[in-house]
Amino acid sequence: MSPTGKTLLEVDRLAVEFRTRSGTVRALEDVSLALAEGETVGLVGESGSGKSVLSFAAMGIQDPAARITAGSLRFAGQDLLAGKGAAMKALRGREMAMIFQNPRVALNPIRPVGKQIEDVLARHTDLHPAARRARAVECLAEVRIPDPERRYAAYPFELSGGMCQRVMIAIALACKPRLLIADEPTTGLDVTTQAAIMRLISELSAERRMATLLITHDLGLAREYCDRIAVMHAGHIVEVGPTAGLFAAPRHPYTERLIAATPVGANSLDELAAIDGNLPDLRRDDLPACRFAERCPQRAAVCDAPLALLPAEGSHRVACHLPRKVAHSLERKHVASA
Amino acid sequence: MNTANPALATRAAPGRLARQWHTLRYVVGENPLSAISAGLFVGFVLLALFGPWLAPHDPLASHVGEPLSPPSMAHWFGTDALGRDILSRVIIATRLDLGIAVAAVALSFVIGGLMGAFAGYFGGWFDRVSTRVSDTIMAFPLFVLAMGIVAALGNTVANIVLATAIINLPFYLRVARAEVRVRREAGFVEAARLAGNGELRVLFYHLIPNVMPPMMVQISLNMGWAILNAAGLSFIGLGVRPPEAEWGIMVAEGAQYIVSGEWWIALFPGLVLMLAVFCFNLLGDSLRDLIDPRRRT
Amino acid sequence: MFQAIIKRLVGALPALFGVIVVTFILTRALPGDPAAYFAGPAGSQEAIEEVRAKLGLDRSLPEQFVLYLRDLARGDWGYSLTTGQPVLTELAERLPASLELTLVGLVLAVIIAIPLGVLAATRPGSWIDHLCRGITTAGVSLPTFFTGLLLAYVFYFLLGWAPSPLGRLDPYTTAPDFVTGFYLIDSLLAGDGETFVAAASQLALPAITLALFVLAPLARMTRASMLGVLSADFIRTARASGLHPFKVLFTYAFRNALLPVLTTLGMVFSFLLGSNVLVEKVFAWPGIGSFAIEALVASDYAPVQGFVLAMALLYVLLNLLIDVAYGLVDPRARLEA
Repeated sequence: MSPTGKTLLEVDRLAVEFRTRSGTVRALEDVSLALAEGETVGLVGESGSGKSVLSFAAMGIQDPAARITAGSLRFAGQDLLAGKGAAMKALRGREMAMIFQNPRVALNPIRPVGKQIEDVLARHTDLHPAARRARAVECLAEVRIPDPERRYAAYPFELSGGMCQRVMIAIALACKPRLLIADEPTTGLDVTTQAAIMRLISELSAERRMATLLITHDLGLAREYCDRIAVMHAGHIVEVGPTAGLFAAPRHPYTERLIAATPVGANSLDELAAIDGNLPDLRRDDLPACRFAERCPQRAAVCDAPLALLPAEGSHRVACHLPRKVAHSLERKHVASA
Repeated sequence: MNTANPALATRAAPGRLARQWHTLRYVVGENPLSAISAGLFVGFVLLALFGPWLAPHDPLASHVGEPLSPPSMAHWFGTDALGRDILSRVIIATRLDLGIAVAAVALSFVIGGLMGAFAGYFGGWFDRVSTRVSDTIMAFPLFVLAMGIVAALGNTVANIVLATAIINLPFYLRVARAEVRVRREAGFVEAARLAGNGELRVLFYHLIPNVMPPMMVQISLNMGWAILNAAGLSFIGLGVRPPEAEWGIMVAEGAQYIVSGEWWIALFPGLVLMLAVFCFNLLGDSLRDLIDPRRRT
Repeated sequence: MFQAIIKRLVGALPALFGVIVVTFILTRALPGDPAAYFAGPAGSQEAIEEVRAKLGLDRSLPEQFVLYLRDLARGDWGYSLTTGQPVLTELAERLPASLELTLVGLVLAVIIAIPLGVLAATRPGSWIDHLCRGITTAGVSLPTFFTGLLLAYVFYFLLGWAPSPLGRLDPYTTAPDFVTGFYLIDSLLAGDGETFVAAASQLALPAITLALFVLAPLARMTRASMLGVLSADFIRTARASGLHPFKVLFTYAFRNALLPVLTTLGMVFSFLLGSNVLVEKVFAWPGIGSFAIEALVASDYAPVQGFVLAMALLYVLLNLLIDVAYGLVDPRARLEA
């Protein structure tokens, strides 16, 4: 599962805005991220940091109020924004697919699940109806649903949450896409099911050498399943790097706090540190260059200068004028409990 | 809407008032029709109260003008077949039309509301019986049921009020029952019970005041419909008898003339009736938006 | 599936029973002495007693109720004093006229309201959305008897497009042979285009009047439920799997949005059957509504009672149909049934 393949999804300096009545929300700004074939990348950050906006924009299913105002999106070298989304339309559901949280409500409640798989097949393949049905049953089997022939005719309300998530994965993978975006796939499931679903996703990704973007606010999950991790805060990617390096030596003060706020690795709840302040209001005209500055304990005059993701070590990059030194991060527990 | 904790709610009262004022301004700003309907409402209330002093002519006197004369400076809305002044009749009718609707709605509000509150709070046989009653009423096309009731009880204005009240009853019963049920086990009710209040006291002092907002919305949404029903019943000759002035009956009187081109006899009472219903419906929508923004559609 | 329908039929029984009880109460609540009333104004004391015995009014209420049930089942719904005919015969004769009007009105309303609501929901804030809002608020405020008159004035008196608003056919056209009682269908079956056009042009204004009134609740509900469904998670899933926008809109969104609309249809039928009476009076439509109004004015109560019962039975039946349709669309309801 080493990221040796060639680049599949390439997000370059992307900016997304929402025009609302109370002002323009600059939801994404200068966001760059690349995914290679066979690679699993985690996109982490608190709610409202722009993880879903980024993935929806990549799939071309963003809210009608959203506008891509700058930057580019490329899939296997192809410009996704070309022809008013026509390029995206041709790939969506076939080459790139997405699964969502709360699987029980993410499936059409009044359509048999097999039919929902067939709908995707009918759209993207020229299989005959009979072959389509057979393929749909096969898809159910591929996501390890027992007795797929019978489950084909089931309605979502007759299945458990975990089963529904398997069905959604089957829908997403029906056309053997090269990219899977999993948006909080385990939210709304119980803990044992969560592990099973994550194992299924990672097995299938490995089998098919599928690039996977795992969006989650659960750092533990990201650490366990991802090759690389990108940390988002208030519409910026503030840090990105290989999982091991990022957890061992976070450079950005936000990443550091995020890790400190995660139960994994902390010995007791007392050691969990809350992150001060809230995400800044993205409608403001006077947002600082570093959107974390106002919550940051080490803010300095230099923080108002323009900012970019700069290499820290190898492929590990960080957007901070005063990144943590490696030595510092070893003492992060003290910082957190201070 | 969530006033699960009365202590908190009281403490937050100034903020809540300010917020409601803000929402009110937002709703009005969003929909200038709300302001217009509020103005219309005031106008109708004034007409109902001071109609007899505002009407230029005696509404029952015939030959105050040439019969069947079209609108003119002397008779703004024209005159009918008996030479009565239509403007005066339309003005005078306001009190009767609104009176019937208000009386009917008040009746169904009080009876339906109490039945619903008891059913929702105590459950049991009373709940089953009252639900069955309201389901049975709803099993009829409501206007037809009202016709049947008036036919059976006698053709009087009082029976129009009663019939309109009966067909509206289920709506109040259902709202009150549902709202009381969801709050029956709420923290503040439990607290009131633990403080030693009797069941009835809990119901009347703690629960019913809390279900008033949705009930008020129901009233305002219901008023227009009640007016429409009452006018419909008198249009087919029930309740109000000529020569009494009432919008529905005036439209009925003008109906035969409309095909020969004397449009004003039916038009003006019909328009005013429409305006009144429209005004109450708009008010109802605005009130719902104000009290329960989630149900805004 | 059959089982589900049977269960729904059984489920409609309490409503049916309630309806019969209420109509029974209404027949016994007549002002004054019903026996004296049915004996007629010239009835002697003996005649009154005879009527009382014949009607069973001298027995206890439960006994009377059983007799009432028996009479209903036998098709004995009483006699009309004005025409001397059995009420059931009179109603059956006029029912097709009322049904034709109601159904055409409903179909018109559905044809306009549902696309309007769907379009308004898919383009929030657009002119069509505002149009939809305007129509839904204004529509429920329209007194049907008044809009009917206005339409008659404009399209008959001013423009001359519509025929005289009196009845189902103009005096120069003869009714088609009776098959279904619906003139539109019967004239087509007879291959008589001229009669079809005549019937359709008579029907147009009253049907439009009805449609205008019931359009509002339908469009409002369609818009609201479509808006709700379009923001649902499963629509996002469908979009993300690249389904064609039409497929998303119809197979996924619309079929789900239909469920609350079907529920509203019950209320819509209630409005429709009620305003049907008013529209029949305005357009002198020879249906059961006009019949009931005439009887009411003549203080002829048996036809009015028969009318109320017939309408209520019709309404129970319509609600049953809605229930069955709901079960067809929603697998969850099928399972619960």
